[in-house]
Amino acid sequence: MSDLRELYQEVILDHNKQPRNFRAVDPHDHEADGYNPLCGDKIHLELRLDDSGRIEDIGFTGEGCAISTASASIMTETLKGKTVAEANALFDRFHHQVTDEASELDPSLGKLGVLAGVRDYPMRVKCATLAWHTLQAALEDRGEISTE
Amino acid sequence: MSATAPSAGPRALEVERIRADFPILQRPMNGKRLAFLDSAASAQKPQCVIDAERECYETYYANIHRGVYQLSQRSTQAYEGVRPIVQRFINAPDEREVVFVRGATEAINLVAQSFVRPMLSPGDEILITGMEHHANIVPWQLVCEATGAQLVVAPVLDDGQLDMEGLRARIGPKTRFVSVVHVSNTLGTINPVEAIISLAHEQGVPVLVDGAQSAPHMPVDVQAMGADFYCFSAHKTYGPSGAGVLWGRYEHLKDMPPYQGGGDMIRTVSFEKTTYAEPPQRFEAGTPNIAGVIAMGRGLEYIESVGREAMIAHEQGLLDYAMDRLGDIPGMRFIGTAPHKAGVVSFLLDGVHPHDMGTILDMEGVAVRVGHHCTQPLMERFEVPATVRASFGLYNDRDDVDALVDGLHRVKEFFG
Ligand SMILES: Cc1ncc(COP(=O)(O)O)c(C=O)c1O
Repeated sequence: MSDLRELYQEVILDHNKQPRNFRAVDPHDHEADGYNPLCGDKIHLELRLDDSGRIEDIGFTGEGCAISTASASIMTETLKGKTVAEANALFDRFHHQVTDEASELDPSLGKLGVLAGVRDYPMRVKCATLAWHTLQAALEDRGEISTE
Repeated sequence: MSATAPSAGPRALEVERIRADFPILQRPMNGKRLAFLDSAASAQKPQCVIDAERECYETYYANIHRGVYQLSQRSTQAYEGVRPIVQRFINAPDEREVVFVRGATEAINLVAQSFVRPMLSPGDEILITGMEHHANIVPWQLVCEATGAQLVVAPVLDDGQLDMEGLRARIGPKTRFVSVVHVSNTLGTINPVEAIISLAHEQGVPVLVDGAQSAPHMPVDVQAMGADFYCFSAHKTYGPSGAGVLWGRYEHLKDMPPYQGGGDMIRTVSFEKTTYAEPPQRFEAGTPNIAGVIAMGRGLEYIESVGREAMIAHEQGLLDYAMDRLGDIPGMRFIGTAPHKAGVVSFLLDGVHPHDMGTILDMEGVAVRVGHHCTQPLMERFEVPATVRASFGLYNDRDDVDALVDGLHRVKEFFG
């Protein structure tokens, strides 16, 4: 089962069982829906920026597989207090980590690194990135995205 | 049927011999015996089908209907020789009613555009069911958009049966066409197509039966069924992808305008006026999938050689065994428990998303489909985002079901 543990690390299983920030954000100034039609994952993301443009609060609701739920949960945890520019930069590095099969583990990703195992499962990359694509849609007020 | 009942039938099917015909089943997956449980999406190919395609290219390939040289004649003969095979396979009255297409999807689009669309006016209705594959939904939406007709949907009951009362109530004076799936690819439900067709015919409404999931698994007799059109895809009947069949009554086909224009479908062409060939050529514009059609014929003969009565008994036995064994797993929820059901099992397991199950089962060498199975409205009907689907072919045996059950116990251990 070593392969499985590589993909489904303890942290992922934990965040899947008890997703953090799994709630509405009230009040919020940005929101979006993300949809992965291939597997039916749906996520609704809400967030509030403070006066200096930092993410003051962020939360999500919806239904998804363990990878997409854990990814959304860890993302919201990681992003609190970050500026939009910092969030975008993080997504770039995260995206590289989960899509480039040859990528080394990027220590600057912190807890997000537990999702690196996805890079060996091309079919699952969209699960890991759904929350992030939804975040971008929310920040750009695009309302809705679909990963297909 | 009990879990221990042997595959009864006029001639019991010998799974070991059949498995030996399929080269891909001899290859391990992740170091394990491959349990291929996704034949409803596409079936694996027996050696004879692979050989038929290769033999065509290696020994007699040329374009058909054109050359006077021998290769072209041989190719033409082999290609045209598949029409009587199909005719026998579905008991069609006339081989000119057999149109070669790319698959079920193209067949349905062809009927929608060439037969149904010209007769539609705003307010007319097309009736389908709530368990259709997207291939039997979207083509009708396209013609509705173009003509102002309405798409009407007969409901599905909680156990996955078609609501026949609901269907009856929806066939009315505005109904112009009915299109129904014979066997649901998601639920496994076998629909009472004969009864549906008589209801429609009482109102003078023609019916298309989407046979994508029935042709591979049960005897099909289009005359006994009474259908106006029937279609299937070769890749699900152990043949190659990119080939398939539309069968239609000649009385319909002969009056239908072409679906596509091009070579091979004309009688004479001039810039002023082109006249069309008779069916089936009228609907086969351009160079077709020659080797694919020839190999499709071999696939159908393969099914006949196994025997469809034996095949259906075998698959029913496996289905019963699978429902029994899966039903013992705590947290199991079946989607689709109609009494009359083919070898398709859709399910959910409490607390585990289908996608995660699919990945873990794959590591165990078990290939299942996860997702909406191209039936999103049906997923909404049952209020689930997706299901895991195991489907059986003639090469599956109890070891495959056992591997699935063991894999699911693994899943539970992991996510427990
Ligand atoms: C019931 C049903 N109808 C239509 C289709 C479409 O078949 P194809 O993609 O081969 O055209 C399928 C294939 O999954 C099916 O299961």
